Amino acid sequence: MAEIDRSLIGVWGPETTMHVELGKIREFARAVKDDKAAYRDGTLAPPTFLMTLALWIGDMGQTRSAVKLDFRRLLHGEQEFEYVKPIRAGDVLRFRSRTKEVFEKQGKRGGKMLFIVGETEFKNQRDEVVAYSRNTVIETEGAVQG
Amino acid sequence: MTFDEVQEGQAIPPFVVDGLTRTDLVRYAGASGDFNPIHHDDEFAKMAGNPTVFGHGMLTAGFVAKCVTDFVGPENLRRYKVRFATRVWPGDTITCQGRVTRKYDEAGEHRIDGELVALRQTGEVAVSGTFTAALPAARK
Repeated sequence: MAEIDRSLIGVWGPETTMHVELGKIREFARAVKDDKAAYRDGTLAPPTFLMTLALWIGDMGQTRSAVKLDFRRLLHGEQEFEYVKPIRAGDVLRFRSRTKEVFEKQGKRGGKMLFIVGETEFKNQRDEVVAYSRNTVIETEGAVQG
Repeated sequence: MTFDEVQEGQAIPPFVVDGLTRTDLVRYAGASGDFNPIHHDDEFAKMAGNPTVFGHGMLTAGFVAKCVTDFVGPENLRRYKVRFATRVWPGDTITCQGRVTRKYDEAGEHRIDGELVALRQTGEVAVSGTFTAALPAARK
């Protein structure tokens, strides 16, 4: 199973900057087949647009994560977004992440499952929190097939 | 949709993706930056024990987000949570739909909660979810 450093649970990692670009909003909206006017003109970003933070952190952004994950045994279990303020084209967001919680459960087919809850906080150029993204990944004892 | 109009138990009209294509998967890979080859490289997907490439969970979650924001208005969504169940494959027809479960006032807003689902043509659940939205009281 994964190596867990409990002293890092709850500790925020370094901040990264993300520019919210109109072209990227349009491209993303098109990919999820959503043609709302607000996305065409960039007055709002689609609800799952923050997934594009991957473009700003390179690899899975595990810096300072409390858990060294084994990607062969990993499932994306849940994804949650909390929307506090609108995110618009032209915004410059700063985001930081932490491992919020780590717990173990017994799997239905035997074998332990490790649940890792990560949280990312996004602030805009006015230092207002605009959103939180929380994901739960599950590491299984055996390799998974995607 | 306004708070006056909405009812607990009300159905959220479906959004249907009729025939998911590999191009859809590649487009989402580029848009999101998620280039896990299991979603665009058939050979890689087969080596990992899959019959073909399959869709990103967050692509289906994006379709479900369109479904719910068509209903509540994109500026009104306050919380959106999805859980990934079975995978979706090229050729699949994906039906996103939902239902309002609760109507209430909180944090000075008129809010609703609801449940959401994305179904494959087999009836299997690909993604299930919940949401909270804040609605205007009545039409201006």
